[in-house]
Amino acid sequence: MNTRSIWKIAALLLIVALFLVACQAQQPAEQPPAEEKPIKAAWVYVGPIGDGGWTYAHDQGRLYVEKNVPNVETAYIESVPEGADAERVIRDFAQKGYDVIFTTSFGYMDATETVAAEFPDTVFIHVSGYKKNDTNFDNLFGRMYQMKYLTGMAAAMRSETGKIGYVAPFPIPEVIRHINAAALGARSVNPNAEVQVVWINTWFDPPVEREAAETLLAAGNDVIITGADTPGPVQAASEAGKWGLAYDSDNACDNAGDGCIGVPHWNWGPSYAKIIEEVRAGTFKPSAPWPGVADGIVDFKFGPAATDEIKEAVNTKKQEMIDGKFDPFAGPIYAQSGCLGVPEGKAMTDGELLSMKWFVQGVIGEIPDAEPPCQ
Amino acid sequence: MIHIRLEPRLSTPRWVSWASPVVSIILALMVGAVLIAAQGASPIEAYAAMYRGALGSGFGFAETLVKAIPLMLAGLGVAIAFRMQLWNIGAEGQLWMGAWAAAGVGLFLYAAIPMPPWLAILLMMLASMLAGGLWGAIPGALKAYLNVNEILTSLMLNSVAIFWVLYFVDILWRDPGGLGFPNTAPLDKAIWLPKLGALLFFLPPTHRVHLGLAFGIIAAAFMWYALSKMQWGYEVRVIGLNKRAAGFAGMPIARNIVLVMFLSGALAGLAGMSEVAGVAHRLQRGLSPGYGFTAIIIAWLAKLNPFAIILVSILFGGLLVAGEQIQMTMGLPASISLILQGLILFFVLAGDVLSQYRIRFR
Repeated sequence: MNTRSIWKIAALLLIVALFLVACQAQQPAEQPPAEEKPIKAAWVYVGPIGDGGWTYAHDQGRLYVEKNVPNVETAYIESVPEGADAERVIRDFAQKGYDVIFTTSFGYMDATETVAAEFPDTVFIHVSGYKKNDTNFDNLFGRMYQMKYLTGMAAAMRSETGKIGYVAPFPIPEVIRHINAAALGARSVNPNAEVQVVWINTWFDPPVEREAAETLLAAGNDVIITGADTPGPVQAASEAGKWGLAYDSDNACDNAGDGCIGVPHWNWGPSYAKIIEEVRAGTFKPSAPWPGVADGIVDFKFGPAATDEIKEAVNTKKQEMIDGKFDPFAGPIYAQSGCLGVPEGKAMTDGELLSMKWFVQGVIGEIPDAEPPCQ
Repeated sequence: MIHIRLEPRLSTPRWVSWASPVVSIILALMVGAVLIAAQGASPIEAYAAMYRGALGSGFGFAETLVKAIPLMLAGLGVAIAFRMQLWNIGAEGQLWMGAWAAAGVGLFLYAAIPMPPWLAILLMMLASMLAGGLWGAIPGALKAYLNVNEILTSLMLNSVAIFWVLYFVDILWRDPGGLGFPNTAPLDKAIWLPKLGALLFFLPPTHRVHLGLAFGIIAAAFMWYALSKMQWGYEVRVIGLNKRAAGFAGMPIARNIVLVMFLSGALAGLAGMSEVAGVAHRLQRGLSPGYGFTAIIIAWLAKLNPFAIILVSILFGGLLVAGEQIQMTMGLPASISLILQGLILFFVLAGDVLSQYRIRFR
C-alpha cells in the first residue's frame, strides 16, 4: 500500500474533527435558571423501548416519572448488551451527573456494582438481581410469581390438551420461580396439566422467541406462556389457531392476535417515583424491596381469548392474594421427581424463593445443576 | 433513452483519489443529518454531542480506544488475508475461538498449575492465537488443497464457532456461583490485561484502555514490515495478484494460503483474548457484538494499510460510542451511528468506483 492512502485517511479524520469542532463552537453556552436543581434519573435498557414487553414496561415507568414527579429530568439508553458495554454506559450516566440510575436487566448486576463503588454520591438501582450495598446500590423486583400463578390457571382452563409450553429465557431463580408458579396455577385447575420448558438463553431475540414457541406448539402444547421480552411467542400461537399468555407490559396483548388470553404485567412507575423522591429527600436506604400485587407493582390484564370463566377464577384468586389470604408457594408442594418439597403448613421463605433451583411437579424440563429440596 | 455507462478512466487524477474519502464522509454526515432532522432534532447538536462523547472528552476518547482494540486486531487479521485475495469472512468466529481458548487457560490452567501471572497472560495470548489461527487455517487448507471457496467456508464456520463457545458458556463452564446465568466465573484479577493507566497521560487516570492497544500497534508494525520489506510479503502479494505466475516463479502457493489464513485467524483470536482478559474479564454471551464483521469494513476502508487500519478502527470505535451519546443526551435512537457506518462505507465504495471510472451519458 502506498503512503497516499495514509494521508487520505489522516486528512479525512482531520476534516471530520474540524467540522465537528466548528459545530461545537456554535453551541451557545446556555445556563439553566438558578432555581432548585432538578433531580436527574437515567435508565439503561436491555432491549428497544418498542419491544412491546419488558423494556416497553420500564419505559412506561420512566414516562410515569416524567409526568408525576415534579422537577425531574430523565434520560435512557436502549439495547445495551449485558457485559462490558453496560459498564461504560452506566459509568457515563454517573459522570454526566445523574442522581439515580436504574439498570433494568439481570446481566447488568456486576457492572452496576462496579460503578456504584466508584460513585458513592449516585444511587444505583438494579432491577431483578440480588446484590446490594448499604449506601447507594440496591436491587428492585416484584412478586411477579403471583401473577404467573394466575397465568398458569388461565392457561390450563383454556387448554384442550392440558399441555402448556413455556418459553423460558435463562435457568436463573427468577425464571424458575415464575415457571413453577405457572405450573402450580395450572395444576390447581387441572391436576394433570403439564408445563413444558424450552430455554432460549436470551431475554430479547424476536426470531428465537418465536421459534421456541413454534417448537412447543409442534410438540402438542396448545397454550404458550412466554417469559421473554416480546409478545412474539403469543403471536405464533395465535397464528397457529392456539392460545398464549404474554408478559411484561399491559399492552402486550394488543398485537398478539386473537389467541392472547392475558398478560401478567409490570407497573414500575410508582416504585420508580418513590425511589426518586427518597433520593431527593436524602432518605434513601438500600432495602431490596420485593413488593407484590397488593402494592400494585404487578398485575394481570385479560386479552381477547379470556373467557368469562377464566376472568372470574383469575380475579377471585387475585383478590385472595391482595388480601394476603393466598400464597402460591405454600405447601404442600411436590418437586419434579414426586417427592414432597414443601410440607403442608409451611411456605417457602423469600430467601428460598430468591434462590430457587428446582422444578415443581408437572414441569417438563431440566435445570442445569438443579438443587432439589428432596430426593 | 439515456444510456448510462461506466467508462474506465485512463488515469485517475490525483485530486480525485484524494478527495473521494473526504467527500464520502461529508456526504455520509449530510445524509445522516437529514435522518436526524427527520427525528425532530438538530443535526448540528447531535453531531456535536457525538463528537464530545466519543472524541472530545478524555473519558469518551478512552472508551473509543477500548472499542477500537478488538476492531483493529481483527481488522489487521482480515487485511492480511485480503492482501492475498483470500476473502476471510470468518474473523468473528476466529475471535470467539480465541476468546474461548484464552478463557480456558485463564480459568482452568491458571488455577490448576501455579504460575506467575505474566506467564498466564502469555499463555492466554498463545492459546488464543493458536485457536483462532487453526480455525482460520481450516478454510485455508480447504482452499489450498481442494479449491473450496473460502468465503463460504469461513462464513459458515462463524456459526459453528459461536455455538461451540456458547455451549461452554451456557453449560460446561458456567459460573457455579452465578445462580444459573450464562457466564463463566470472572478471571482472577492478577491475570487481567494491565490497564495502560498513566502511560496514556492525556486520559483520565481511571480509564479502561488496556495492553491490547499495544498488541494492535505492534501487530500493525509487524504486518507492515513483513508485507513491504520481506521476501515473504512479496510472495503474498504476487500470489494474490496472479497465482499462476507465482506458481511458475516457484512460490509455495498452498503453504502460503494456509499460513496466511492461520495468521489472519490468529490476529482475530488475539482480539478475542484481549476482550476476555482486558474488558469483560470472563467469557460471556454478547462478548463480541460483531467485531469480526465490522473488521471487514474497516480493512476495506483502510485500503488494507496496517496503519490506516488503526486510524479507521478508532473512527469506528468512536462511532459506536458516539451513538450511545446521542441517545443518552438527546433521546435519539443509537442506531443512527450504525446507519452512519453504513453510509460511510457506501460513499467510500462509490468514490472508489468513480475515481477509477467515469460516468458517460449517451
